[in-house]
Amino acid sequence: MKAEFAHYKKEELMRMLTIMQTIRTFEEKAGMMYGLRKIGGFCHLYTGQEAVAAGAISSLDLSKDYVVTAYRDHGHALACGMDPKKAMAELFGKVTGCSHGKGGSMHLFDVEHHFFGGNGIVGAQIPVAAGVAFAQQYQGSDGVTLCFFGDGAFHQGAVHETFNLGKIWDLPIVFIIENNQWGMGTNWKKVSAVDDFSVTAGAYGMKGSSCNGLDVLDVRATIEKAVAEARLGRPSLVEARTYRYKGHSMSDPQKYRTREEIDEYRKRDAIQSFRSRLSEEKILSEEEWSALTQRINTQIEEAVAFAEESPEPALSELYTDIYA
Amino acid sequence: MAEMTYREALNRALDEEMARDDRVFLIGEEVGEYDGAYKVSRGLLSKYGPKRVRDTPISELGFTGLGVGAAIAGLRPVVEWMTHNFALLALDQVVNNAAKLRQMSGGQLSVPIVFRGPNGPAEFLAAQHSQALGSYWMHVPGLKVVAPATPADAYGLLKSAIRNDNPVVMLEAELMYAWKGEVSEQEFLVPIGKARIAREGVDVTLITYSKPIRVVEEAADRLAEKGVQAEVIDLRSLRPLDEETIVNSVRKTGRCVVVDEAWPLASPGATIAHLVDSRCFDVLDAPVELVSGEDVPMPYNHTLELAAQPSVEKVIAAVAKVLYREDV
Ligand SMILES: Cc1ncc(C[n+]2csc(CCOP(=O)(O)OP(=O)(O)O)c2C)c(N)n1
Ligand SMILES: [Mg+2]
Repeated sequence: MKAEFAHYKKEELMRMLTIMQTIRTFEEKAGMMYGLRKIGGFCHLYTGQEAVAAGAISSLDLSKDYVVTAYRDHGHALACGMDPKKAMAELFGKVTGCSHGKGGSMHLFDVEHHFFGGNGIVGAQIPVAAGVAFAQQYQGSDGVTLCFFGDGAFHQGAVHETFNLGKIWDLPIVFIIENNQWGMGTNWKKVSAVDDFSVTAGAYGMKGSSCNGLDVLDVRATIEKAVAEARLGRPSLVEARTYRYKGHSMSDPQKYRTREEIDEYRKRDAIQSFRSRLSEEKILSEEEWSALTQRINTQIEEAVAFAEESPEPALSELYTDIYA
Repeated sequence: MAEMTYREALNRALDEEMARDDRVFLIGEEVGEYDGAYKVSRGLLSKYGPKRVRDTPISELGFTGLGVGAAIAGLRPVVEWMTHNFALLALDQVVNNAAKLRQMSGGQLSVPIVFRGPNGPAEFLAAQHSQALGSYWMHVPGLKVVAPATPADAYGLLKSAIRNDNPVVMLEAELMYAWKGEVSEQEFLVPIGKARIAREGVDVTLITYSKPIRVVEEAADRLAEKGVQAEVIDLRSLRPLDEETIVNSVRKTGRCVVVDEAWPLASPGATIAHLVDSRCFDVLDAPVELVSGEDVPMPYNHTLELAAQPSVEKVIAAVAKVLYREDV
């Protein structure tokens, strides 16, 4: 057995696989539901990137750690343990959704599972994540905050202000760039002064590292180290190189990239490659895999049925949840 | 006359002004290779090249401020904001620099720049992406603010804005880009600061700007069926305001309803209602009514988001109120 596999119990490996497959199944269903107009507006799917949320978030102790991300948030919410029913109902705009149908796809929140959203303004979640880490430090917990953002978001001033704040105040935070190579229709190389984001950490006196965002165990190992450092008050930056399969949102003709590029990445699919490595290592049998996928399919079908049957928020909800 | 969409009208204005004056350039997110997030700049990159159609990183504060610097140094930038929601990141550069550099320099500097993009709610976009932020700009001395509601005005006002030696903020709307209308094939300008009487009437004055014009016009149609002749004013510019057109109309009708999709407090609508009150008090037969967006962040759920915006029913109810009639 390869060392990286030996490092984790079967149960833990299965947990990562389950998170990834749950996200994949949820997202594919969400895409279908969008086509049926059950979901409207912006809906940014996470397919292709599952290994990043699964590898990173599975390394946390969510009794004390927190997760903050942007609008491409379904995967992170599910990885934190949000009930897929609440997530799907939110996408449907139903009152049983995590945000009572008021937030929609971009604004999933689950305080119980320490998932603080769900931010639609590119880069806006980054200082907020530092604030969560600040509160952890202030309260004397040894929790850390994972702050996810994209290759496009990297160029917001907020990123650079927050890196500095994180470092000068020794905040327990890990900044994770999910470099899926595209920010809407813009290739990351076209708008970045560096061709390796992790080197910028050095300018702020932080450690920078990279991992293969298509390899869940590499993500997991890299984030585990970064989290351990963050618990000691040493923030750092991790770049996870990954790829998004679908358009930026649902109405993106994707003229900016080729079919071949997408196919190339689909061949390296994070879930399929992890699954086949698990079976090569004789950790996962065919039967176990099909039982797993069936269980997840049923769970997501149930989430759709739940969303479908749930009521819309009452008109009076327009004026609630605005002030304490 | 040619029929074209609001989007095409903006594109034509940009194209003509870039052809006419090589100091004019377009800068913003996805304006080039992607042809614009809402396709307003379609074809301009291939025609004018990347020097004049500049794709930026997602750095609103940076590229907006860069535009201001380029303007004081002799260029005439058109800064596209993907939406006004994101322009909040650039508020500092517009309010503290663009609007003030002329005055702070005792008139030495000129800031000929246009900031433009979609404003206000579209559909299913929730709280952070559905804000009507006109008051953020209208509030600020040193800025001009235009809000065309037809393709012809979009064309004529954008051309005027580009030629103007002041910073001009333009409010467009995602849902308006596909609206069609007649636009003369002859080149023309629409002056900044002149409202348009969209419909003449004698019983009540309905004042609005930007996207709610359709709601107001439909309300006016329905009112006409009940024998109420509404005059509709499309402001087109919020700063400067065309006070004369407003006052003359209300002096004729004696009643006024202002329709604004922004929130009610400290809004364009509230300012206009106050203006009518103070300048037409002697002729008003009823207090001015304001139909605004509800005073809430926009919810995602579609039924709720529609309920949060001005509607034909809300406008008619306000007209009934100023007419003291229950039968309209
Ligand atoms: C401040 C701001 N500017 C622009 C946008 C529009 N926008 C939404 S997502 C996006 C691209 C972001 O790319 P990236 O950070 O790489 O994240 P990804 O979508 O790839 O997950 C843009 C430009 C926005 N939501 N907020
Ligand atoms: Mg990206």
